[in-house]
Amino acid sequence: MNNVLDIVWLIPLLPLLGFIINGAFRNMLSKTISGFIGSATVLASFALSVFVILQVKNGNTYVAHYFDFINIENIRVAFEFKIDPLSSLFLLIITGVGFLIHVYSTSYMHEEPANDFAKYFCYLNLFIFSMLLLVMGGNYIIMFIGWEGVGLCSYLLIGYWFKNNDYTNAAKKAFVMNRIGDLGFLLAVFWLISKTGTVNFDEVFSPATLNKLTTTDITGITLLFFVGATGKSAQIPLYTWLPDAMAGPTPVSALIHAATMVTAGIYMIARSSILYSMAPATQAVVATIGLATAVFAATIALRQNDIKKVLAYSTVSQLGYMFLGLGMGAYTGAVFHVMTHAFFKALLFLGAGSVIHAMSGEQDMRNMGGLKKYMSITHITFLLGCLAIAGIPPFSGFFSKDEILAETFAHNPIYWGIGALTAGMTAFYMFRLYSMTFLGRFRGSEQQQHHLHESPAAITVPLIVLAILAVVGGLVGIPEVFTHGGHRLGEFLAPVFEQTNKYVSSHSTSHELTHQTELVLMGTSVLLAIIGIYFAWSKYSRYERREETNTGLSRVLDNKWYVDEIYDAVIVRATRSISVFFNNIIEKRGIDGVVNGVGKTVNYGARQLRWLQSGQVGAYVLLMVIGMLVLFIIQLFL
Amino acid sequence: MDIKEYIALSLILFTIGIIGVLIRRNAIIVFMCVELMLNAVNLLLVAFSKMHAISPVAKTSLTYASDAQIFVFFIMIVAAAEVSIGLAIIVMMYRNTHSIDVNFLNRLKN
Repeated sequence: MNNVLDIVWLIPLLPLLGFIINGAFRNMLSKTISGFIGSATVLASFALSVFVILQVKNGNTYVAHYFDFINIENIRVAFEFKIDPLSSLFLLIITGVGFLIHVYSTSYMHEEPANDFAKYFCYLNLFIFSMLLLVMGGNYIIMFIGWEGVGLCSYLLIGYWFKNNDYTNAAKKAFVMNRIGDLGFLLAVFWLISKTGTVNFDEVFSPATLNKLTTTDITGITLLFFVGATGKSAQIPLYTWLPDAMAGPTPVSALIHAATMVTAGIYMIARSSILYSMAPATQAVVATIGLATAVFAATIALRQNDIKKVLAYSTVSQLGYMFLGLGMGAYTGAVFHVMTHAFFKALLFLGAGSVIHAMSGEQDMRNMGGLKKYMSITHITFLLGCLAIAGIPPFSGFFSKDEILAETFAHNPIYWGIGALTAGMTAFYMFRLYSMTFLGRFRGSEQQQHHLHESPAAITVPLIVLAILAVVGGLVGIPEVFTHGGHRLGEFLAPVFEQTNKYVSSHSTSHELTHQTELVLMGTSVLLAIIGIYFAWSKYSRYERREETNTGLSRVLDNKWYVDEIYDAVIVRATRSISVFFNNIIEKRGIDGVVNGVGKTVNYGARQLRWLQSGQVGAYVLLMVIGMLVLFIIQLFL
Repeated sequence: MDIKEYIALSLILFTIGIIGVLIRRNAIIVFMCVELMLNAVNLLLVAFSKMHAISPVAKTSLTYASDAQIFVFFIMIVAAAEVSIGLAIIVMMYRNTHSIDVNFLNRLKN
């Protein structure tokens, strides 16, 4: 099956084809057909990705060069794909989870009119295409095309219900925030080109090129790339768009804002791991920002009442974990967490979507409760997802989170302490969400209660598949403590990080933990998670709605630390007042004044000179005489 | 006679001509004033010609210094031709407007 690698270009091409067909004929296609086209193209890509991952299992790397994308002077950027274990793993996640979400969407979006329905699938396919381009790209430029493409699709899908002004604003916010990050990415690419003259991954990471870069260069480039990552992957200070992005349809939140697009930053840093390992200063920044984001978002999630907002902040927090892992050099751990997170967070979002669907669009958890009775499949799969994210063994989240935390402890025990505490908070808010939604008494209206039902198969089947993945997904990365050679994902990814690991082991002392320490660490984090679950269960399983005025910290948390307000006051309003100043003073008085002034002067002058043209012959003669006299006087006396 | 007196005379004639052109509205008077100005200049030309004829520079010149005396006749002939055209215009003007008031021609403005 060696020829599978020769047709890797089909993997992104198929969703692009789906996008073109659905986009061009969206007014003609019925819902069934456009849904089928959307899902089938992604399924075909998934099948190809499975073959691809079998090919690269032994650490094979395949570079496909198609044509020169940019060719000027001494810069040559090819349109090329790089298929190695890392990108093929992402291919599998994107197309696999993407396919399930497409299937889910066919049912979830069924109430939309047919042409909007096709438009939705057309955007979704375009997103899959861009994301595949991002992970398959063999150089930073191709990656950047995908990077921009997913940002665009995110904007289009958040603003899918564009008639609602708030949703449009959320979409714009996401786009602008992403653009700020993208600028960092672009500057990093420029810096790289100016120093090395190439953007191809293999060439940049070759020792010959790396030797050309000074420490300042590497630190600067990696920091700028990280700025790009903070935008795309919603880290402090650019994270505020992600919670607002929940304005989009729920499957979109599951696909773009949980499973795939937001992990682009992690993919990019994992891809550039050698650069990051050579810049310890950047790594410290990455780890600190990751940890800060993890804690910060977790505290906000503690008190949110919108079911999707909790999941959004939870996503931000989990992404923070991944960056913590990257900062600590646990690239495999971070990628592992991307994978398990894709499974359980997509599951949780889709579960939440199923709940919202049953509640006729209600998203406030205070009006839910007791749904266990009505929706058994959603309930069980959701519970499994919660257990996975809370890090209860042997569910998938436990293994990946633990790997990151263990690596963190080896480098910095204080960071580990904060990280473990965040894990406890994660367990708390997830089970608060679970308890408020599924346990207790139903608190919604009569009408809603009457309408409650389990969702159709197109929704429940993806939930079941994802739940199975969320349960067993962690088994590909069993730590060394339990079984020897159990970390199959680590072995699979080893060729990708080989160079990095060699560099790290030759430049710093080993951070191997003893098995005993590792077991103690696991025990602690599991204990914290169980405490969190217990508190959430005891406090919220019999939750009753009551009016309460919050004071102190809880009020600050209710208002999300006032971050949006601070940004509004410091950046938005400052920018706006500068704009108003420029508009009123510089533009209207200055530039407009000059332009209008020239016109007015000519006009006024002409109006005055007009009186000379009296039409009286005598007057003309008089003027002529005066003129002659003046000339005489000048001639004779001056 | 001194040249200054000729200059003064022609200046006076010229000024009378200008004032006449400026303040009179009768086309014939205006025309006469124009002729007066022309002849003031003619007078000056003859006077200067005479002045140069008796100066030592003129005697060594190849051309005779009284050329201008003849030149003036040419000017008068041209002026006579011009007068005939001018009078013809005035006659046509009178036929059309029954007036020889120059300000009456203002209506050409519109």
